[in-house]
Amino acid sequence: MSTNKMSTKINRRQFLTGSAAVGISFTMPNGVFADAGKVNFYNWDTYIGETTIEDFEKATGIKVQYDLYADNDELFAKLKGGNPGYDIIIPSNDYIEQMLDADMLLPLDMSKIPNAKNVDPAFMNPSFDPGRKFSLPYMWGTIGIGYRKSAIDGEITSWGDLFDSDKYSGRIALMNESRTVLQMVMKYMGKSLNDWTDENLAAAEAMLIKQKPHITSFAQDNGQDLLLSGEVDLAMEWNGDILQIMEEDDDIGYVVPKEGTLLWEDAMCIPKGGENVDNAHALINNLLDGQVGAGIAEYVYYATPNKAAQALMDDDYLQNPAIFPSEESTKISEAAVYAGADWVRKTDEAWTRIKAAG
Amino acid sequence: MDSYKQKPLAFLSFGIPSIAWLLLFFMLPLAIIFMYSFGENVSVVEVKTTWTLDNYARIFQPEIMTLLWRTLWIALLATVICIVVGLPVALVIATAAPWAKAWLLLLIMLPFWTNLLIRTYSLLNILGTRGRLNEFLGWLWHKANDFLVFIGAGDLGLLGTKFVAFKFLGTPGGVVLGIVYVSLPFAILPIYSSLERMDTSYLEASMDLGAGQLQTFFRILVPLALPGILTAFLITFIPALGQFLTPELLGRGQVDMVANVIQRQFKGANDWPFGSALSLMLLYITFILLALRAFADAARSRRESRAL
Repeated sequence: MSTNKMSTKINRRQFLTGSAAVGISFTMPNGVFADAGKVNFYNWDTYIGETTIEDFEKATGIKVQYDLYADNDELFAKLKGGNPGYDIIIPSNDYIEQMLDADMLLPLDMSKIPNAKNVDPAFMNPSFDPGRKFSLPYMWGTIGIGYRKSAIDGEITSWGDLFDSDKYSGRIALMNESRTVLQMVMKYMGKSLNDWTDENLAAAEAMLIKQKPHITSFAQDNGQDLLLSGEVDLAMEWNGDILQIMEEDDDIGYVVPKEGTLLWEDAMCIPKGGENVDNAHALINNLLDGQVGAGIAEYVYYATPNKAAQALMDDDYLQNPAIFPSEESTKISEAAVYAGADWVRKTDEAWTRIKAAG
Repeated sequence: MDSYKQKPLAFLSFGIPSIAWLLLFFMLPLAIIFMYSFGENVSVVEVKTTWTLDNYARIFQPEIMTLLWRTLWIALLATVICIVVGLPVALVIATAAPWAKAWLLLLIMLPFWTNLLIRTYSLLNILGTRGRLNEFLGWLWHKANDFLVFIGAGDLGLLGTKFVAFKFLGTPGGVVLGIVYVSLPFAILPIYSSLERMDTSYLEASMDLGAGQLQTFFRILVPLALPGILTAFLITFIPALGQFLTPELLGRGQVDMVANVIQRQFKGANDWPFGSALSLMLLYITFILLALRAFADAARSRRESRAL
C-alpha cells in the first residue's frame, strides 16, 4: 500500500491544493475564452480530478461554475423548490429515483454523448433508470467497516461487530444517516436491505437502541476522521472515505462484511430548469472520456465504471479490494431502491426514537 | 427639533427600508413556515396547506417529548451555569479600573472574532478522549502516580492501575459545556451593563450597617443586577433551545436536541410540514418567555412607583 504511485494520490492535506486549483480555474477572467457560454456544475466535495475542470475549459472555451454539496439531501433540498440554475448534478442511485418520481430530470440526448460507449455494459441497465435514459454513471462503491488493525482482536468480518456486540464498546462510530444505517442492520439480520416491512424496521430499531450505549458517535460524514484520530477503532463509512485515511495511516483497514452491503452509484444527470443543456451534454461527454475519467479516478480513488479509464489505471487501483469489492461480496450486495415517502417518514421516526433513547 | 407628530411622513420614509426588510425577510418567511406547519406532503416536492393539525399532534409523540425535555434541561442548566459564572466576572469588570475594564471587555468579545464552527472544532480537539485536555490529565496522572511510587505507596493502586480518559464528547455534560462556552459572553455583557450603572454606595451602606459580604451580595447586589440577570437568562436560554451545531458536533449525534430533529425534517426526512411545526413550537416557547419577562418588568415598575 505504499508504493510511489500511492503517495501521489490524495491525502486530505493536499485537498486544499486541489481545491485551490479548481478555484483558480473558475475565477479566470471571462475574456480569456471564446464565448462558448458556461455550464453550472453542482458536485460533491473533492469528487473530481485535479485539472479536470481546467482542461475542459481550455479545450472547449466553456466556462464552468463549480459548486459543491455535502450530501444527497442537501442537493435534493436545493432543487426541491425549483432549480436555482444547475446544469449538471451527480446524485446517488436512490435519489435519482426520487428525482424521477418528482419529474426533476431531463432525458439525456445520447447522440451528444458518444463517450457513453466507454461505460461498462454491466452498468447500462440499472433498476433505478432502466435503459439509461436520464443518467450516466460517474463512480460507484460500497459501505463497509473501516478499522484500526492494531486495536482489533482477530478479524472484523461481520456487521455484528458494529450492531450486535459489546466487544468494541465505546470504540464504534456509525453514520448519522437513518435509512443507510437501518438498511445495514437489516442486511446483518439476513434480510434484503430493500425489504421494508414494519417487523423488519422494528427489529432493526430495537437492535440499535440496545447497541446505543456501545456506540461512541453517530458521525456526520466524518467517521474516518474519528478513526484516524484514534477516537474510535471501528467506523461504518463509505469506502472512499476510509481509503483516503488509509493513505495517511498504514494501521487502517477496510472490509466489506460477509453479510454483504449496499452498493451505491453516483450518476451524472441534467436537472430540469437549467439554461445550458448543450454545454451540460458536452461536459458529461468529456467526463466519460477515458483519459479524463482516469484523471478523476486517480484523484478521488473511487471505482470508475468507465472501461476506457480503467484501461489506463494501474494494479494498485484495479486490484484494491477497498475500491473494487470481491465478486462474492458484490453478488450478495444490493443497491438501495427508493422506498417511497411513507418509508422515508417511518424510518426517520424510528431514527428519532433511537436518538431519544438512553 | 421636529417631532414625528409634526412631520409623520418624513419620519415614516426613514422607517420604510427597515419595515420593508422585516416584512420581506422576516414576516414573509415566517408566514410561509406557518402555512407549511398546517400542510401535508402531496408529493416529494410539493406541500399543500390543508389546515391539518396532524403536524402539531405529532409533537406529542413520546420520542419528541423526550427530546424536548432533554432540550429544555440542557438549555436551562447551561443558562444557570452561565449566570452563576457570569455574575462574578461581570462584577469584576464593572468594578475594575477604567483601563483594565477596556481590556477585560475586549477579552470577553474576542471569541466573536472567530467563527463559531471553527471554535467548535477546536473544542473537539481539546475535549476528545485523545484530545489535549485528556493528554494533560493523563500527564498529571502519571506524575501523581510516580510520586506515589516514590513515597512507597505505588502498590496501593490509589489512582487505579491506568489512566482512564474522561469522556466529554457524546455526553450531555459535553453539550452543556459547549453551550456554556458559546453563550457566556452573552450572559456577562447584560449583567455587566446593569452593574456598571449601579451606585456602589449601596454596597458600602449595606456593609456599614452590619451586613456581611454574602448578605450584601445576595440582598443588595443580586437584586440590583436583576434586570441584567433576567436579560442574560433570556439571551442565553432562547438560543440554547435552538442549538444545532453543539449537539451535532460535541454531542456526536448521541445527545440530539430538538433542532437536530428539525434539521432532519428539512433534509433527509423531507417532511417540511412537521419541521415547520416543530420550529414554530420553539418560537411559541420563546414568545411565552418574552411575555413572562414583560409581566415581570411591569410588576417591578408598579412596585417601584408604589415605593416612591
